[in-house]
Amino acid sequence: MIGPRTKLGLILLMSPLLLWLTTLIIIPHLDMLYVSLREKVGVRLYEFGFGNYMTFFTEPLYWNTFARTAYMSIFATFLTLLIGFPIAYYIAKIAKGRMKMALFLLCLVPFWVSELVRTFGWMILLRETGVISSFLQWSGVVNQPIEMLYNDGAIMVGLVYTSMLFMVVPLITTLDSLDDSLIEAGYDLGGNGFSIMKNIVIPHAIPGIVTGSIVVFMLSLGNYLTPILLGGKSSLWFTGMIYSQFITRFNWEQGAAFGFLLLGLSSLIVWLGLKFSGQTLAKTMG
Amino acid sequence: MIPSIKQNPFVKTIYNSYVVLFFIYLALPLTVVAVFAFNDSQFPSLPWEGFTWTWFFGTEQPWLGVFHERRIMRSIGTSAFVALCVSVLSITVGTINAFLFERAEFKFKGFLYVLMLLPLVIPGIILGISILVFSNFVANGVENLTGWEIEALRPGLTLVVLGQFSFITTIATLVIAARLKKFDSSLEEAALNLGATPWQAIYHVTLPFLRPAIIGAGIVALLMSFENFNTTLMLVGSDAPLTITMFDRLKEGSTPVLNAVSLLLMIGSSALALVMIFFQKGEKS
Repeated sequence: MIGPRTKLGLILLMSPLLLWLTTLIIIPHLDMLYVSLREKVGVRLYEFGFGNYMTFFTEPLYWNTFARTAYMSIFATFLTLLIGFPIAYYIAKIAKGRMKMALFLLCLVPFWVSELVRTFGWMILLRETGVISSFLQWSGVVNQPIEMLYNDGAIMVGLVYTSMLFMVVPLITTLDSLDDSLIEAGYDLGGNGFSIMKNIVIPHAIPGIVTGSIVVFMLSLGNYLTPILLGGKSSLWFTGMIYSQFITRFNWEQGAAFGFLLLGLSSLIVWLGLKFSGQTLAKTMG
Repeated sequence: MIPSIKQNPFVKTIYNSYVVLFFIYLALPLTVVAVFAFNDSQFPSLPWEGFTWTWFFGTEQPWLGVFHERRIMRSIGTSAFVALCVSVLSITVGTINAFLFERAEFKFKGFLYVLMLLPLVIPGIILGISILVFSNFVANGVENLTGWEIEALRPGLTLVVLGQFSFITTIATLVIAARLKKFDSSLEEAALNLGATPWQAIYHVTLPFLRPAIIGAGIVALLMSFENFNTTLMLVGSDAPLTITMFDRLKEGSTPVLNAVSLLLMIGSSALALVMIFFQKGEKS
């Protein structure tokens, strides 16, 4: 096996990795932490302190938005799991041969196009002059246009749609590895569909459920496009607050503090998920 | 259920219709985007006014087609340029990283591996702002000390490329390392026995084996870069890539021109996906 044999060789081989991680990941985050701990006390005058974090806790709008983003993301994760699980089970256990391959590829197709295009599609469907509203009027269910855009339901539809792939693929992988004979044995021993689901299929699928849920939660939490475009001005999504602090108000200190709070929540959930399922980051990703 | 187990036909019907409904749900938004690119109306909505190519080839306002929209065509060019840079950079660093993790033994290897995975669990918008804050800090520092203004460190294409590179490299590393793991190293030894130098062995034996993974990672990098929004949004300057331009247009109000661009994007990504499947087939044989 050819590999580095001298210390110099190893250092050369390692340098792109170190350069990448230190200059683009580690130092920028440390710098952001530093900026978030600077309080503005006057024009071009800063003091070290936790003022930017205090603002977050004392201003109800900020932490309400933060909490809302968190529980909406949890709800979106749960919905994605609920909708995706039967599909993953169908593809892994019921569909056979070509059909299985075709359904699997069909699941992937929407994700080859930009999230922007997918969200645009939902806007065309849901808006007041949109396809669904027109269809309902034409069929006589309602007699005036209905606006389905710019509310929490629309955000949810968009988030679930955008995240589906990241739930379904890990689920299919774990369900595929479940031996059919275990399910047959469950029936032979007198189990019914429900008890077999609960005692055999779901326990086996836990690693897939955890991986999928972590990824979906993270993507929803950090999403900007879907809440802003489908939720409109009332979307109140935390990434929107970070954006407005940075770009609109040019208050980088406050924005950096918000960024760290979001990063903290996201990392906490990833860590809890991994701990809960007894997995490591290296195993989940690789 | 499993074929050997009998199932209640009623439950089976419900289950099958659920699966059908699910795939309709998946297809619906993309279908309407594609269909309304051909509607002869100023807005992408019903009623259907008849079929037209005007949103692709129209030459006069307000019926200006996408191929004559300067702003959109320019941003497609910008996106392609960014994607190409990101792709080349990330597969280069990814290949080197793959050799590092598969072929070298060193202290803190496990720790570095986890560190290498981290960019995937950092929300894209945070990657964007941290790089923005740091590059601004460096640019200001240099300017105060020497008076030089480093344009590349202000929001613009260089930062967009670096921002996207910062997490796409992780994916490239994982894909290429997975392939390198499968490599039978006795082939390299055979090359060495036949008189090749280590570099020649790597160039003529190992790299050709890795080629499908490197091409695959390159295509994934192209697609991810083209689609990226969150990181790009924070780092973009005056030259906007396509997703940013489309977002701005969408906020102003939607026109069927956006449907036409979207359809072009769909065709482009499917073509790339097909190329990738083709190369992966080659990998198996």
